[in-house]
Amino acid sequence: MDLINAIKKGDLITRASALVMGLGNILRGQIIKGILYLAAEIGFIVFMALYGWQCLAALPGLGSREQGEIWNEALGVYEYVQGDNSLLILLYGIAVLFIATGFICLWAGAVKSAYTVQVCREQNKHVNTFAEDVKSLFDKNLHKLLLSLPVTGILIFTILPLIFMIAMAFTNYSKVDGHLVLFDWVGLDNFKQMFDVSGSLGKTFWSVLGWTIVWAVFATALNYILGMLLALLINRKGTKIKGFWRLIFILSIAIPQFVSLLVMRSMLSQDGIINVMLKNAGLIEKALPFFSNATWARITVIVVNLWIGIPYTMMQVTGILQNIPMELYEAAEVDGAGPIVRFFKITLPYMLFVTTPYLITTFTANINNFNIVYLLTKGDPVLSGSTAGKTDLLVTWLYKMTVDYQYYNLGAVIGIMTFVFLAIGSLLVYRRTKSYKDEEGFQ
Amino acid sequence: MRRKKKIKNIGVHLLLSVLAIIWVSPLFWIVLTSFRAQKGAYTSSFFPKEYTLNNYIKLFTDTQILNFPKMFGNTLFIAVVSCIISTFFVLSVAYCMSRLRFKLRKPMMNIAMILGLFPAFMAMVAVYYILKAIGLSEGAMIRVALILVYSGSSGIQFYIAKGFFDTIPKSVDEAAMLDGATKWQVFTRITIPLSKPIIVYTVLTTFISPWVDFIFARVICRANAEYYTVAIGLWQMLEKEYVDNWYTCFAAGAVCISIPIAILFILMQKCYNESMSGAVKG
Repeated sequence: MDLINAIKKGDLITRASALVMGLGNILRGQIIKGILYLAAEIGFIVFMALYGWQCLAALPGLGSREQGEIWNEALGVYEYVQGDNSLLILLYGIAVLFIATGFICLWAGAVKSAYTVQVCREQNKHVNTFAEDVKSLFDKNLHKLLLSLPVTGILIFTILPLIFMIAMAFTNYSKVDGHLVLFDWVGLDNFKQMFDVSGSLGKTFWSVLGWTIVWAVFATALNYILGMLLALLINRKGTKIKGFWRLIFILSIAIPQFVSLLVMRSMLSQDGIINVMLKNAGLIEKALPFFSNATWARITVIVVNLWIGIPYTMMQVTGILQNIPMELYEAAEVDGAGPIVRFFKITLPYMLFVTTPYLITTFTANINNFNIVYLLTKGDPVLSGSTAGKTDLLVTWLYKMTVDYQYYNLGAVIGIMTFVFLAIGSLLVYRRTKSYKDEEGFQ
Repeated sequence: MRRKKKIKNIGVHLLLSVLAIIWVSPLFWIVLTSFRAQKGAYTSSFFPKEYTLNNYIKLFTDTQILNFPKMFGNTLFIAVVSCIISTFFVLSVAYCMSRLRFKLRKPMMNIAMILGLFPAFMAMVAVYYILKAIGLSEGAMIRVALILVYSGSSGIQFYIAKGFFDTIPKSVDEAAMLDGATKWQVFTRITIPLSKPIIVYTVLTTFISPWVDFIFARVICRANAEYYTVAIGLWQMLEKEYVDNWYTCFAAGAVCISIPIAILFILMQKCYNESMSGAVKG
């Protein structure tokens, strides 16, 4: 809006600044600022002419030259020609789009700045010197100073890769038909393939999605309720040495997860210590199929997750539980409510009310819980011919698809579907919570 | 009545003891394994038949195949540098979102939340190619690459610190600004000194993450064993070709890493609880 206003109301010099950035600033006394704008424009034009334009031009076709040897008539030898690499073309193309977007923002800033100086001159107001502009970075414009580096980091290491991966979902970048170096845009084909229930890929997708949801619901709900019960058990009046109990349980989450999960895996394996001990005690004849039977493996994953999740919930809710007004319990006791009624009528509703955001975060974390499945079962047991195992979640399947099988395009589709699924669910719930609406309620 | 209460109390303590044993036994088992003389993953009894310190000695002296001391050094270096960068990023972003008002504030917060919903390593392959394109995927630059991966986009995790800054009364800032302090001075001289628990919390979380991550480290280090971090090293010890010789050393390594990390984690949790109770106690 400011930009349109600036172009509409600006005089000739201001409008010319839209072509030659910084002109208005230079002519009206902000020389250093103007030169910086101008330098940025020249730099951008040079960059686009030398590299940027080529990258953008190659983006729609993603390159077609294969690498190989070409006969050179003049020298009479075969010459090695480096072919196109679609992946790099895509990456550079997107990076150039990013730089161009950044430049457009800078350009809008330059035009607005030119207009601001014009207004200041017309009304005989003070025009900021360069030193004053720099000073304002520590006061009025502190957010620009503080945010510039972190936001650049997020742009390069989160948003750029993400867009790059999303773009991949619309290509045929996979080892199928040897499209690992050269690949093309294929539109929505990958999505169609994924949703097609009759195809093998579609079947795998829906079954993995089903298990992911079952897993996330069980893992979140069981951990939440059992963790709260444990916290109540430790918090209750009669319990001695509360700190000691808490420490014991927290220990299991304090050690790195990859250590504890790898230990669990070796303990539960075919001839791991648990099977050996059960056999020695004469309780079983054959080893229990903790990881080789689909149902057993699924239950094992959920149970092992309790081992990590219960202490975690306990730790998170202990403080909140102590905030529940005692009068509520006392009144309920007078009315003759037993401990179970009190838990379901007072504790649980109160906790649900306060910890909804926490529950959403846990649910999201469980959907994306890579460690537990990958370190514990690696997704096993796998039916032959399928790319996903019976305990694979969408995320571990994504990992396998990209790293093990090199179906980069399908991996990207899985990632996008995970996101869509999570976004719809949690955004809806999150926007209803109090903490979002009354962000500044208590400031 | 009193008798009934006593029985109930005993019951609760018994239950807690049983649970505690279940929870601690895997940890106990790994400590026992680290002192086990008999090699290999398979064992026929819970308690080892002979005890030895050789696993620890081998872990720190046998550097031919898996160089654990070097991995330890790598991880420490990466953790320290990325922790400094991340802490700076997180605190800056959190302060901006909590205290400063600008046009893009709400949109930025929403974007940060949406980005959190993508599987973290969905973009992992892309990150690798970006690092490769800027020439950070070979040789000593791998360390720089890992530091960037751990700290580069850390600014996005500002929510907890922002929540803490929100609890500092605005009147404190306003009083300082009436006295002529700039916003920068408010940030560095007032907010930061009041925020010890959340700073320690941020430092510890960001320091711990390189020690426990093995997904990114594996993708970026690939076969360059020289730059492995402890997490990949320990993971490696359980691979088929090493497991027979290195299983007990894995246990020793796990114990060596877990003890300091566990202490830091418990400290971090303490700071988290402190910071949840607010900055300025009324």
